Amino acid sequence: MTDVKKIATRESYGNALKELGDEHEDLVVLDADLAGATKTGIFKAAHPDRFVDCGIAEANMIVAAAGMSTMGLVPFASTFAMFAAGRAFEQVRNSIGYPHLNVKIGATHGGISVGEDGASHQCCEDFGLMRTIPGMTVMCPADDVEARAMVKAAYEMEGPVYMRFGRAATPVFHEEGFNFQIGKGEVLRDGTDVAIIATGIMVPEALDAAEELAAKGINARVINMATIKPLDEEIVLAAARDCGRVVTVEEHNIIGGLGEAVAGVLSEKLPTPVKRIGVNDEFGHSGPAAELLEQFGLCAANIAKVTAEFCA
Amino acid sequence: MTPEEKKELQLAAIEVREGILTSTHGAKSGHPGGSLSAAEMFTYLYLKEMNVDPANPRDEHRDRFVLSKGHTAPGLYSALALRGFFPKEDLATLRHVGSYLQGHPNMNTVPGVDMSTGSLGQGISAAAGMAKGAKLTNNDVRVYTLLGDGEIAEGQVWEATMFAAHYKLDNLCLIVDVNGLQIDGRTADVMNSEPLDSKFEAFGCDVVKIAGDDFGQIESAFARFHENKGTGRPTVIIMATTKGKGVSYMEDQAGWHGKAPNDDEYKQGMAELAEARAQLEA
Repeated sequence: MTDVKKIATRESYGNALKELGDEHEDLVVLDADLAGATKTGIFKAAHPDRFVDCGIAEANMIVAAAGMSTMGLVPFASTFAMFAAGRAFEQVRNSIGYPHLNVKIGATHGGISVGEDGASHQCCEDFGLMRTIPGMTVMCPADDVEARAMVKAAYEMEGPVYMRFGRAATPVFHEEGFNFQIGKGEVLRDGTDVAIIATGIMVPEALDAAEELAAKGINARVINMATIKPLDEEIVLAAARDCGRVVTVEEHNIIGGLGEAVAGVLSEKLPTPVKRIGVNDEFGHSGPAAELLEQFGLCAANIAKVTAEFCA
Repeated sequence: MTPEEKKELQLAAIEVREGILTSTHGAKSGHPGGSLSAAEMFTYLYLKEMNVDPANPRDEHRDRFVLSKGHTAPGLYSALALRGFFPKEDLATLRHVGSYLQGHPNMNTVPGVDMSTGSLGQGISAAAGMAKGAKLTNNDVRVYTLLGDGEIAEGQVWEATMFAAHYKLDNLCLIVDVNGLQIDGRTADVMNSEPLDSKFEAFGCDVVKIAGDDFGQIESAFARFHENKGTGRPTVIIMATTKGKGVSYMEDQAGWHGKAPNDDEYKQGMAELAEARAQLEA
């Protein structure tokens, strides 16, 4: 995919906020001294009066956003995934989740692909943390087009949303204007030998893996699961029925994330062999994003290898 | 404040205290100590200070109150019932299965509750967010939040105070109930939070110190809060109180932080409050 356009979904997040902010006076953005990195600075430049920097105080930011939402505003609270879902977990749980307030959490720098900063900043636990909060919508876009559509959809829905965006520039493969729906998976490639269900920046890797598998005579269905909760159970069950084997791929600990969500549905409703590809319950370390992804097996080559073994 | 007005408020505070005893007795659990210490404050906020309407509890132009020390829900509920947000008889269902009166304030079930709280240190942030939100939307309302002196140990309290001063939230009033006790004992021994006045002053707030059971002083403190409009300074009312105030065996006893009166204790407490009412009316 060398000639494909690449954009980091955090960039998409900032651009979408700015555009939405142009249209909607009630949209406010909070950040915790990371506007340059989370790209909320794009919004800030256009709408400085509706940008609230909270300083390096994520716990206060999350609950202040909750308070703002009760005043008729639609706050987007932004920081790195590690601090939004991790540090401020209990604030999200008690002050946004429990009262079911209309706060959107835009968490950037999710996963191993944070790269050089190392394990302290590579959040591979956020899907698990956020998924266990009742009523929380949890999403992770696969590319720039989807990310921008997701931010718009999050603004339009009522209730708490957690969105994870990436630091690294990744391929754009959706057509502009495609119909994004919260809670709906997307079949990107049909196949009946095995279904690969991926989320976030693992989706283009899964598509490339499917090409490699096709060369070996394995016909893989590839599903983009941008919404991790509520999970599109229908598309998961159909994949299991049609393919008989399901592989999940996520830039997240194999504990608590998309893999367990899919396995949970299948084990109860249609027991099917599942292979989870993700970070294998270990911490990351420093290095360039692409090298790390390869090292941790979060790349097309490994997805193809594991899937082929799984199908053997 | 005329002597008649003061007497009326004092009688209302006795009613709030009765509601605290009745609800925690009915629940066989709950937090009477810190509810009783703030009974005058709850009474004054809901009968005099705040612009609220029980007939329209979600009015966007109402003043907001966030009970940051959420465990003292019996005090808040009792004042809300007295103000007419829901029937006083319901107080006895506190913490019961199926009751809307949850152990800690729930904004989605209890009419008049503006924010769900209970996890200490968070209510103040919600209140600061509301005050900032009010400024962003040009909504000329006031926001109040009540904290405990034990709660002050939560680092988030200071994140929120810094935020309030930075954004010049002169529409925000922080009230600290300094009853000097927390679960494990005297606040001075568990984790000393003093000096509170100079801490809040250093953060950029205007600090008023009062006796928390004196309605005249409460009235003056809120007058100063109103005068602070336009100054850009958040107001902090530090009120000295007695935990368990009004019920002799609970007064200044850390053990009554989170324990309900049994039948005999309830009877005695209600008798003491009835006696206090009789003395006032005499």
